[in-house]
Amino acid sequence: MQDVAIVSFVQSDCVRHAGAQNEVELIMPVVQAALKEAGLSSVQDVDFTCSGSCDYQQGAAFAFVAGVDALGAVPPIKESHVEMDAAWALYESWLKIQMGQAESALIYGFGKSSPGQLSNVLSLQLDPYYLAPLGVDTISLAAMQARSLLESGEVSEADLAEVVVNSRANAKNNPHAQLSGDFTVDQLLAEPETVSPLRKHDCCPISDGAAAMIICTVEKAKAMGKPYAVIKGIDHRIETHHVTLRDLSRSPSVEIAAEKAGVHDAPVDVAEIYAPFSHQEIIVKRALGLDDSVAINPSGGVLAGHLFMASGLSRVGEVAKRIIAGEYKRGVAHATSGPCLQQNMITVLEGM
Amino acid sequence: MSLESGSATDQQVEALSQKFTLGFTYTRSTGPVVGRFLSSLRDGKMVGVKGSDGRVIVPPVEYDPVTAEALSEFVDVADTGEVVNWCWVAEPTEHHPLSHPFAWGMVKLDGADTPILHAIDTQGDASQMATGMKVRVRWLDQAQGNIKDIVCFEPGDSSSGNVPQHDFEEPVVMMDAPTYLDYNYTAGNATARYLHQIRKGKIVGQKAPGGDFVYVPPRGSCPATGVATTEEVECADVATVESFTIVHIPIPGNPIKPPYVVANLLADGADVSFIHLLSEVDNDAVEIGMRVKAVWKPEEEWSYAMDNIRYWKPLENESDKGGK
Repeated sequence: MQDVAIVSFVQSDCVRHAGAQNEVELIMPVVQAALKEAGLSSVQDVDFTCSGSCDYQQGAAFAFVAGVDALGAVPPIKESHVEMDAAWALYESWLKIQMGQAESALIYGFGKSSPGQLSNVLSLQLDPYYLAPLGVDTISLAAMQARSLLESGEVSEADLAEVVVNSRANAKNNPHAQLSGDFTVDQLLAEPETVSPLRKHDCCPISDGAAAMIICTVEKAKAMGKPYAVIKGIDHRIETHHVTLRDLSRSPSVEIAAEKAGVHDAPVDVAEIYAPFSHQEIIVKRALGLDDSVAINPSGGVLAGHLFMASGLSRVGEVAKRIIAGEYKRGVAHATSGPCLQQNMITVLEGM
Repeated sequence: MSLESGSATDQQVEALSQKFTLGFTYTRSTGPVVGRFLSSLRDGKMVGVKGSDGRVIVPPVEYDPVTAEALSEFVDVADTGEVVNWCWVAEPTEHHPLSHPFAWGMVKLDGADTPILHAIDTQGDASQMATGMKVRVRWLDQAQGNIKDIVCFEPGDSSSGNVPQHDFEEPVVMMDAPTYLDYNYTAGNATARYLHQIRKGKIVGQKAPGGDFVYVPPRGSCPATGVATTEEVECADVATVESFTIVHIPIPGNPIKPPYVVANLLADGADVSFIHLLSEVDNDAVEIGMRVKAVWKPEEEWSYAMDNIRYWKPLENESDKGGK
């Protein structure tokens, strides 16, 4: 496998309501900024473009097609889309480069969740015979996952609150974060349970926004003369669709993906974990085999702002950004999809 | 890694939002495994399937989650069992099966090795919920042949003794699976600016600075270049037919009676066409290149929508362009 360089990453602010911005108006600023940061003048300067989004979020059929209007796709470009988080659009683009079909790619993800009720929209991804008709929502499923972890006796409610305290504190340095600030574990544990055992702060906020990234071969990155981070390994794995048949307190798919992506080949000093619920950060951190010396979610993670369909790409971008800045040497980015961490992608990043 | 503020959003107008419900009124075929389970529910019986490793999976799945082997050995299990996981829903939504506070629970039925997920009703009392508690199925009185034949679980060591009634003779092979999602859609900034002009009886297209193309209606960018359409260009309510079709079949939900003409219209001053209706015309006389004029609703009926124009009719005379 050849190394692939990340030369730019841009994310919008995480806001609860983007208001009068459609998909084109959400995508255009981040794409233009990502191109500019890479020193490129237009989308015509990359070989491939791939996006990730979900039309059910805003209830607009083919919004992902309309979104292409943001790019400047005349003359026609090579373009693709995944109905998944844009982290998987990164994976498709990475494959294109591995196959020699492209030397560079633009990846973007966008999500406007504010028009709908995200936790109900996500019921549509459940088993259509046994679960979807009951209206089982994602927060309730996550709450049961949290209980399975808590009742194992190895994790306490204070551990969950600690995750939130760290997220909000780290997010103070993230200008795009929706939630940040100084809190204490005791303060958070005094809050009522909303869907027990979860409290409101254990659940990510819902955010509108977009993110974009430019990747290319290392040769091309060197020719561009821009600083970059390198994707050393990438892998994604999925577990059964039936949540009741999984041990929700652990993540075998993260364990396998981490192994295949080479997480354990050398020490890791930073990780961005896509955990929309506080307990999921603990599950993923354990499955990655990371100890307490590793900086977890310096951006605040998705508990500080959750661009559904772009947050996985943002985890990769946040790690890349910090490696480029010289803050860390070797990092892991995690992306997830499906209920209770059903599907997971692991990317290992290093400096140039 | 920062964003420059987009010039399009600097031109703020009042946001326009519209509520709507999206319905997916699907009917699903069940297949033999799920169908067997749903058929049994109608008789008040729970059934599982034996997995590759011999464990009894309830509700049954078609393929083993580990080996992917096709499964077909059905096993009867009880309608009573033990709660192995749960959460408490203090504020149920209209999508939930119970309207008062309840628990979602994973219940391992007696005779099963994997849990089934359903609601548990403790009459709103969270303190009754505990992992390990014994529960039983509360059956629907009149069975339908879907998962909701189980109303919920309720505390209890033994079966309720009530079983559903039904007069179905054939096994379940299909089930209704409608889904409804509520949205409050907000138009984008470019669209909102356009609709505010339509509200005033004006067709105002947009173009990118330095661009050649005027878009009606605008969607935020010049798609060819990816540049925001920040400049406004007023177009006439006179247009040329670029293409058309005559609709002879009724479209569900459409109030217009066929046959009628739908046309791609290029407004004077615009560079891309939009779709609208033609009327006051002999359908057989419509042709590409035909000049047409908007027929507006009375001004007091104008809203933020393209149907402020009722339809378009042939332009008798090129000098007859003014007035609404």
